[in-house]
Amino acid sequence: MKPRVGLFVTCLVDLMRPSVGLAAAHLIEHAGCTVVVPRSQTCCGQPAYNAGASGTARDLALQTMKSFDGCDFVVAPSGSCAAMLRVHYPALFKGRGDIEFEMKAFAERVHELTAFLVNVRHATGSDARFEGRVVHHDACSGLRELGIRSEPRRLLAAVDGLELVDAPEVTPCCGFGGLFSVKYPAISTAVADRKIEDLRAPAPDLVTGGDLGCLMNLAGRLKRTGTALPCRHVAEVLAGALDEPPIGWANASAPP
Amino acid sequence: MIPTTDAFKTGTEHALADAKLATALRGLPGGLVAQRTAAKGRVPEFEALRNAARDIRDHTLAHLDLYLEAFAAKAEAAGSRVHWAADAAEARTIIAHLVLERGARRIAKGKSMVSEEIALNPFLEKLGLEIFESDLGEYLLQIRGETPSHIIAPAIHLSQDQVEADFRREHSHLDANRNLETPELLVAEARAVLRERFLAADIGITGANFLVAETGSAVIVTNEGNGDLSSQLPRTHIVLASIDKVVPTLADLATLLRVLARSATGQDMTAYTSLLTGPKAPGDPDGPAECHIVIVDNGRTEMLKAGLGEALRCIRCGACLNHCPIYNAVGGHAYGWVYAGPIGAVVTPAFLGIDAARDLPAASTFCGKCEEVCPVRIPITRLLRDWRVKSLASGAGRWERAGLSAWAFFARRPRLYHLAARLGMAALGAAGRARGSFRWLPFGRGWTASRDLPAPQGDTFQQLWARRERSKPR
Repeated sequence: MKPRVGLFVTCLVDLMRPSVGLAAAHLIEHAGCTVVVPRSQTCCGQPAYNAGASGTARDLALQTMKSFDGCDFVVAPSGSCAAMLRVHYPALFKGRGDIEFEMKAFAERVHELTAFLVNVRHATGSDARFEGRVVHHDACSGLRELGIRSEPRRLLAAVDGLELVDAPEVTPCCGFGGLFSVKYPAISTAVADRKIEDLRAPAPDLVTGGDLGCLMNLAGRLKRTGTALPCRHVAEVLAGALDEPPIGWANASAPP
Repeated sequence: MIPTTDAFKTGTEHALADAKLATALRGLPGGLVAQRTAAKGRVPEFEALRNAARDIRDHTLAHLDLYLEAFAAKAEAAGSRVHWAADAAEARTIIAHLVLERGARRIAKGKSMVSEEIALNPFLEKLGLEIFESDLGEYLLQIRGETPSHIIAPAIHLSQDQVEADFRREHSHLDANRNLETPELLVAEARAVLRERFLAADIGITGANFLVAETGSAVIVTNEGNGDLSSQLPRTHIVLASIDKVVPTLADLATLLRVLARSATGQDMTAYTSLLTGPKAPGDPDGPAECHIVIVDNGRTEMLKAGLGEALRCIRCGACLNHCPIYNAVGGHAYGWVYAGPIGAVVTPAFLGIDAARDLPAASTFCGKCEEVCPVRIPITRLLRDWRVKSLASGAGRWERAGLSAWAFFARRPRLYHLAARLGMAALGAAGRARGSFRWLPFGRGWTASRDLPAPQGDTFQQLWARRERSKPR
């Protein structure tokens, strides 16, 4: 019997770049699982949680948990959303009785996509192909809250033709930070510029990342500065789903 | 110091436009950050040491009354006088009495963030006293009329040519054609100028990095030896320290010192680590004739009560500032008060009230780098998020609140949410298809002023998935 995996698609993937969700589903199925996508999921509640609206965040946590009843695992193509479910949901219900432990049990079943493939399913092979140098951007939540670093790199290294290059971590963050990016755009962009410097150092052909938030920030800034460095979610490369143009591009060729 | 925390946005705009500041801050990653990484690498048990340091701080803060009383008893037994100050005004009054009763005119001052907190210098200057800051960085700020922009490197925002210009202006008694081209020459000049003032000082006022309950010692760590000259040369030494500085034993002190310098500057130990225990005793070759220790609360008991006790673990190493992407972008002055960077964003609202400092906890990406490097593992992002809860509850951001409510209305109603998403993304996707992104969007300036917004692909994932499921063979 195949494990039943609920895909927590994340609001950004659902709205902005559904091809990432299809790629993630493909990878999970390829790792020997059945994928289900509950219609009752919306957003993990992180925007509310980080804005200080804990009540709203709790409502959405309960809604999300209920959505995935009957799933063996819950997988999200985002370290940030996965960390919200895994780390912060239990924290939100701390000291609130039984529900805290229900949340903890739920949180245990939640995984970020690459961590799920590597650590749970040991599915580290790939039949995808990509010609070029790829630098992987570690999103803060995945890296520091979930400890994800080797997993996406291990998967990327298995892609035929792909040369994985490492960027120095001079700047620890891309400057996105959810609502921070629009509340403090000047700071956000200054941080993004420094992260872009890091990422460009090894002269990559493509930037991958596990989180669409960071990637939209980086790709948006690259486009505005006329820098022809494409960005894609790591799932797209791993699944060989490269038909859609890179993030923020109109077609596969370089932006103006 | 007069807070400008409510002008954070303006402050950050100025900071981002300041090329000299940007150059100065660019030195951080290759400097203090790289040095810490190297120092940590030389100590395999560093992570365990951080746990031990955290536990010492938590234990002490949980029994703060006990250890403060124990410290006071030991300090008095060693010949020091201990004074308790509930707030900044009381601390200033105590120090004013001590200084004026002795007819002192000249004061040598060691670096002390608590003295900034209680605005000591302007107060003493108003009394007609001559104060000189003896830490090189603080001295630079004093002659420029500025405030510290970093906990341990107060003048980190300055460049070498600025310092040279300041010295030529300030030290006008020296040869105008002298060579000041290297940092060494600048340091030598400061050293010569400051040495004369040390010898002329009537009173030394210093901070303390720690107060050791076991021995009644005040501990000062410096790399310049200025703490020692300030405390040992003048006849009277006044230590100004906050209540959270106490540690139980010398062994605890050793553990904290092991993480302090490594986290701060990447040194295994600071050049000078001085345990000052009472005034000069019979047979001592030098030391002050009298020693006073002023212990200030200034809101810290309230912080403990309000669930901010973890913030009081702080041992002022500055690592969270050095590693913070926001601090690296805007420097310390934009934060608008004494303590900058992540820890500043946690404690400043406690000192000034959340109404005056709403931007500080808000201006974080929650990247978590500060927690990764904090030697006492302060959960900085959690504490910042707690402030955001209080900020929102106390009426912050009408627009943000309205936006959140509207978004939450949909997010709580999946059917409606998916319908709205489908309609919205179809429209946005069509509008953005030609360019692949938006340069401008109504109400989108927060994003689009400095970057494009990538256009959505048009269909939502839920749509694509439903289509895929429908086309599956049954």
